[in-house]
Amino acid sequence: MGVEGIGARVARKEDKRFITGKGRYTDDMVVPGMKHAVFVRSPHAHAKIKSIDTSSASAMPGVIGILDGKQLTEDGIGSLICGWAVHSKDGSPMNMGVWRPLAEDTVRYVGDAILIVVADTGDQARAAAEAVVIDYEELPAVTTALAALKDGAPQIHPEADHNLIFDWEIGNGADVDAAIANAAHVTNLDVDNNRLVPNAMEPRATLGVYDDSEEHYTCWTTSQNPHVARLVMSAFYNVAPENKLRVIAPDVGGGFGSKIYIYPEEIVCLWASKRTGVPVKWTADRTEAFLTDAHGRDHVSNIKIAFDADNRITALKVDTIANLGAYMSLFSSSVPTYLYATLLSGQYNIANVHANVRTVYTNTTPVDAYRGAGRPEASYLVERAMETAARELGVSPAELRRKNFITQFPHQTPVIMNYDGGDFGASLDAATKAADYDGFPARKAEAAGRGKLRGIGMSCYIEACGIAPSKAVGSLGAGVGLWESAEVRVNAVGTIEVLTGSHSHGQGHETTFAQLVAERLGVGMDTVSIVHGDTDKVQMGMGTYGSRSGAVGMSAVSVALDRVEAKAKKVAAHLLEADESDIVIENGELKVAGTDKSVPWFQMALACYTAHNLPDGMEPGLKESAFFDPTNFSFPAGCYICEVEVDPETGKTEIIQFVAADDFGNIINPMIVEGQVHGGVAQGIGQAMLESCIYDPDTGQLLTASYMDYAMPRADDLPSFDVSTTVTPSPSNPLGIKGCGEAGAIGSPPAVINAITDAIGSNKLEMPASPQAVWAALNAK
Amino acid sequence: MTSISLNVNGRQVSGEAEDRTLLVEFLRTNLGMTGTHVGCDTSQCGACVVHVDGQAVKSCTMLAVQANGSDVTTIEGLASNGTLHPVQKAFHENHGLQCGFCTPGMIMAATDMIRRHGSALDEKTVRQELEGNICRCTGYHNIVKSILAAAAEMGNAQQAAE
Repeated sequence: MGVEGIGARVARKEDKRFITGKGRYTDDMVVPGMKHAVFVRSPHAHAKIKSIDTSSASAMPGVIGILDGKQLTEDGIGSLICGWAVHSKDGSPMNMGVWRPLAEDTVRYVGDAILIVVADTGDQARAAAEAVVIDYEELPAVTTALAALKDGAPQIHPEADHNLIFDWEIGNGADVDAAIANAAHVTNLDVDNNRLVPNAMEPRATLGVYDDSEEHYTCWTTSQNPHVARLVMSAFYNVAPENKLRVIAPDVGGGFGSKIYIYPEEIVCLWASKRTGVPVKWTADRTEAFLTDAHGRDHVSNIKIAFDADNRITALKVDTIANLGAYMSLFSSSVPTYLYATLLSGQYNIANVHANVRTVYTNTTPVDAYRGAGRPEASYLVERAMETAARELGVSPAELRRKNFITQFPHQTPVIMNYDGGDFGASLDAATKAADYDGFPARKAEAAGRGKLRGIGMSCYIEACGIAPSKAVGSLGAGVGLWESAEVRVNAVGTIEVLTGSHSHGQGHETTFAQLVAERLGVGMDTVSIVHGDTDKVQMGMGTYGSRSGAVGMSAVSVALDRVEAKAKKVAAHLLEADESDIVIENGELKVAGTDKSVPWFQMALACYTAHNLPDGMEPGLKESAFFDPTNFSFPAGCYICEVEVDPETGKTEIIQFVAADDFGNIINPMIVEGQVHGGVAQGIGQAMLESCIYDPDTGQLLTASYMDYAMPRADDLPSFDVSTTVTPSPSNPLGIKGCGEAGAIGSPPAVINAITDAIGSNKLEMPASPQAVWAALNAK
Repeated sequence: MTSISLNVNGRQVSGEAEDRTLLVEFLRTNLGMTGTHVGCDTSQCGACVVHVDGQAVKSCTMLAVQANGSDVTTIEGLASNGTLHPVQKAFHENHGLQCGFCTPGMIMAATDMIRRHGSALDEKTVRQELEGNICRCTGYHNIVKSILAAAAEMGNAQQAAE
């Protein structure tokens, strides 16, 4: 490891522009003639649109145009798609309703877009939007999945009877039922997973620019995957062919999944730019973000775990109902199925696993992937049930888990996943040691002396990242391949540009990707630039989500570097009159091993471009690209321990310590990895103790649509974290990376709730464990 | 429309603004200084913190006309002659930022916090004082670390000067 290479704690290259106010986010963009858009949105959760009157609004100062869904349909703009086809267990396709970018006849959630108003200023657009008169016929609304499935519930889409989208299963149901019937002990738990709002700090924004002379569109947008946005807008929404559409995701202020999807606003602003003849910019305000950014989680589940007389797990059975909101968002169908139930075996050797999942439409904001996407829901179920089982069986939660750990790899679970490596005992040992797990009883006694209830909780999570082998996800219904592409350009003076299809919106790729190049080519990081986020610059990409940028994106860079190295060695061997196999690359030079003969990196690069003296038949230039498709998912895993004190008078819970011991495989920059864990754990603690998205069940109004109402974790809600890693490299990519972006949000909620339920001696506690909820659970005994 | 004149980052600027124009809008739209961010509409997130006459202010809670005649420092004006302010440096060295969106407000709030508390700042105080600044990326761990590091460095520098 050099000072800049793999494993070094290099401070980030991209920091300077962010700490000096020079970051360039979508809302910062200004182009000549640019105008401002405001969307008219449904104030009702479910209603028929009887009439729309824009006559006074259109006459207001500064108004350039007010456009509706009929015009959008006239221009042939397509409906929003769900890109992952999931079939019900009877083989029928999912019952997908129509999602128009601008609603024409029916609105299905509060925030559903109806009109776009374009005006000279944002204030003028807002004033005109308020002057639009829409006559609605209100319809009954339903906000929870359980209520939506009932007879007589409001029917949201004609395509989905009883609002059921699909009824899906995985695993060996008959074997599971037999094992449960013969079990020595069955732990049976009902568990909800609360709906969350991702809340990237940068609200979504988009700027659509149509150039009529070239019939060309440019879309600046807050996206985690600009190439996918271009692909989908071309292939499905009929905005423009790919060669006439450039999508740029400049600096993006956090995503956490919510910026994966192509929302109505991108499509409509591009289309409106052509219709009105002016560049159109829209930026969400925070309440609009709460109403329209795809939400996360929202599961209602039952889990049963069966044990034999020796406390070994014999079967695990899950029944889940998932609320997908008013429309099926881009990857919504995959989250509660293939990203969820495939991880229900956890870290445990379980011969029989079965899950049944029903997904349901409701009159709420669409639900899709949010940090962890299905895997937090799985971990929360399994790990709450394991802790519960340990209490019921009267054994140590740590030892019950250890007894059931998978220790031989590869391990084929009954739910598709083939775990290719790991050492679950190592992370358990690391976490219990860091937390002084064995010393807990003394601390509990000491706290009791002060009138406080102390509790400790554990969670041993596993997840699937490096998403994903294209053939595998294709066989499961994905509409796209999930490889990644990269290009390494060595300039004539030896400096290097790496173009990647991964997108950085906080992850620090401009640093870590440059560290990889520095390690491989022995050049300084200051000579390496990472280019991302622009479809005109980067050939193709699938983007950043599912903790895939290291395992898949950087692996593509690695393969391209292999090719650059191979050619560079050929050129150097030619220049040095040596054998290619004797050339080594070190410290900015290509050397003949064991001699003092060498050629500087930049001179070799120059030789590639002057082409005066290259081996016979070799093409000039030094630029290589690669598409990398992993051979398997990667499987980050770890053990988290949370210790809390509850004040029995108020129910207020304080986190005394939070320990995370993760196995992310090989690590490029430990400082950045630790930062990812900190952020993930904070979001997980937020879910466990603070955050909840609450709808009024009668009106379908979102009651938590601002930072005054939705409890975001603040600095004084959280402790400092104790994070560490153990390493078993992933065998499914050349760098041995597993991924670290989501683990914190996956492993932490069950650890927190297990700690609080331990403290209060009651397991009847749902998230978020607010002081009120904790106090109520404590006093319901 | 009102004519507004301000000293921003040591430079005299003026412009016309409606009475309802917020200071943050004036900075971002009229002056094109986009380093100051808007992350909410309820004065909760703190992405828009600037200094007005030496004190930290959420620039979404102040009308541009109220700032008329004031000295305003934004994130763009914190470094001097290309040298990073110790708080900026500490955020860089301690990985106190990820996506960077809340960062301008965090750094401006932190600078004000250190001005008021000096090197006596402790973790608990920093966490309490950050109540008005929301970050979704870092879990605050490294932001707190950055602020404590900057406070220590600025305290040492002050001691050395004395």
